[in-house]
Amino acid sequence: MDVTLMLWIDAALTLMILSFLYRDNPFYKFAEHLFVGVSAAYLMAVGFWDHLVPNLLGKLFPSLMSGVVPGAVGRSPDYYYLIPAIFGLLLLTRLIDRWAWLSRWALAFIVGGAAGFNLPRFLDSDFIIQVQSTMIPLVVLDASGNLLWGASFSHVVLVLGVICGLVYFFFSVEHKGVLGHVSRAGIWVLMVTFGAAFGYTVMARISLLTGRMEALGAWLGSIF
Amino acid sequence: MRIPDTILQIDRRIIFLLIGAAVCIPLLLKPRFQDSPTPIVQSIFDTVERLPAGSRVFLSFDYGPDTAPELDPMAKALVRHTMTRGHEVSFFTLFPEGVGQIKKITDNLLPVEFPDKAYGRDYVNLGYKAGLGGAINTMVVNFRTLVNADAEGTPLDDLPITADVDEMVDYVIILSLTAGDPGLKEWIQFAGDIAGIPVMGGGTAVVAPELYPYYPQQLVGLMGGLKGASEYESALVDRYPAYRNATMEATMRMGPQVVTHVLIVLLVLLGNLAYFLGRSGPGNRAGRTGQGNRAG
Repeated sequence: MDVTLMLWIDAALTLMILSFLYRDNPFYKFAEHLFVGVSAAYLMAVGFWDHLVPNLLGKLFPSLMSGVVPGAVGRSPDYYYLIPAIFGLLLLTRLIDRWAWLSRWALAFIVGGAAGFNLPRFLDSDFIIQVQSTMIPLVVLDASGNLLWGASFSHVVLVLGVICGLVYFFFSVEHKGVLGHVSRAGIWVLMVTFGAAFGYTVMARISLLTGRMEALGAWLGSIF
Repeated sequence: MRIPDTILQIDRRIIFLLIGAAVCIPLLLKPRFQDSPTPIVQSIFDTVERLPAGSRVFLSFDYGPDTAPELDPMAKALVRHTMTRGHEVSFFTLFPEGVGQIKKITDNLLPVEFPDKAYGRDYVNLGYKAGLGGAINTMVVNFRTLVNADAEGTPLDDLPITADVDEMVDYVIILSLTAGDPGLKEWIQFAGDIAGIPVMGGGTAVVAPELYPYYPQQLVGLMGGLKGASEYESALVDRYPAYRNATMEATMRMGPQVVTHVLIVLLVLLGNLAYFLGRSGPGNRAGRTGQGNRAG
């Protein structure tokens, strides 16, 4: 497509979306609906050509799909793939009220399979190794035995932050006395975390706005 | 109306205009806020730098055009660095929209800046693979089951760069540029922690806070948002001064970031000051009893 035309479409859609900052209007609605429609169509096409064709049709009918699936030439059909094909069709029974219950079998397989697949990885990467990462020395020394103040302070903050945060979510004992103070410190740790996350989100949004402003600048530059 | 009330009831469109000006003016004036790399970014640079020339690097573009302003500068800096060091780069994506992001690099940046680098010998586009974390798992278990050709359908055996790639561990590092799920987190969970391949990369500022806990044990380094990209550019320019003008995309975008952040901090302070002044003002009983908080 012509670059100038692309710049005009880019700029027009950007201005239509930004017009919502003033108030809701038909231009914004048009751009919004266009975005939803194009995204849905794109994902549907990708779903067919990148999911169904290579992962299912290419396995069941390799000679038929040899023109579009690399490596399918000369491969014999793999009929095990009839099982996921049937499960996939079962999902579509949701469209027919009388047979909709059949879709639960496929959903049960998806939920069970995903849980079984993900649980060990999350348990290992997000729990056990994370606990290991918190078991660190509070006093850090260099090779000569000198105290590294920065690293030691960092480790102390990390360990205390984790303990205070965990205590805040420990509801089996009433948060009074020492536990109350630690729990209160845990709230501060959480607030700092949320604040940092919010700061990062602001940075992300400003980055996107900067990208749009640069695009508008390129469009104006093509005119003047 | 008293001044604190006026400030608290300011039309939000005025704030939009101020933010717009805070972004546009630095873009026009182009002030430079040179960053120095923090250890978490420097460790990525050092890892790429210390790899022997010809090392196989796996670079996953796990993002689409919606987050390109943040992640494109990281992608360009990483590609420039890996290519300058003479590494063999395999581009890949777990995002359907990532295909276009890879093409921007292979069609625009590489032929212009590295004309001596050849497709299939120095870099390859392995394209998009569906399956989220499952796709990574399959690649770690049996790479060729999932990836047996490049994005154009050329068998891996026919490309010199991938002819002897049989397993994921044939890659010395995994770099991922992440806009969400799947992304760096999945590469850590399903590749780094299982196969022991060093994982590093960058993420949008929104996902960065979720990724910091993995550093340094599970994640070698992380570029968090535009700031991270800017730091990597600084590290690259420090080592290769020839890139001073080419790789300053993130650094140039830090101008609007700095000005806008200062503006937002000022607005937050002003809003709080106005709120407390309004609360302590004469005759403001509702304010004194904590009922006068007008959000927004």
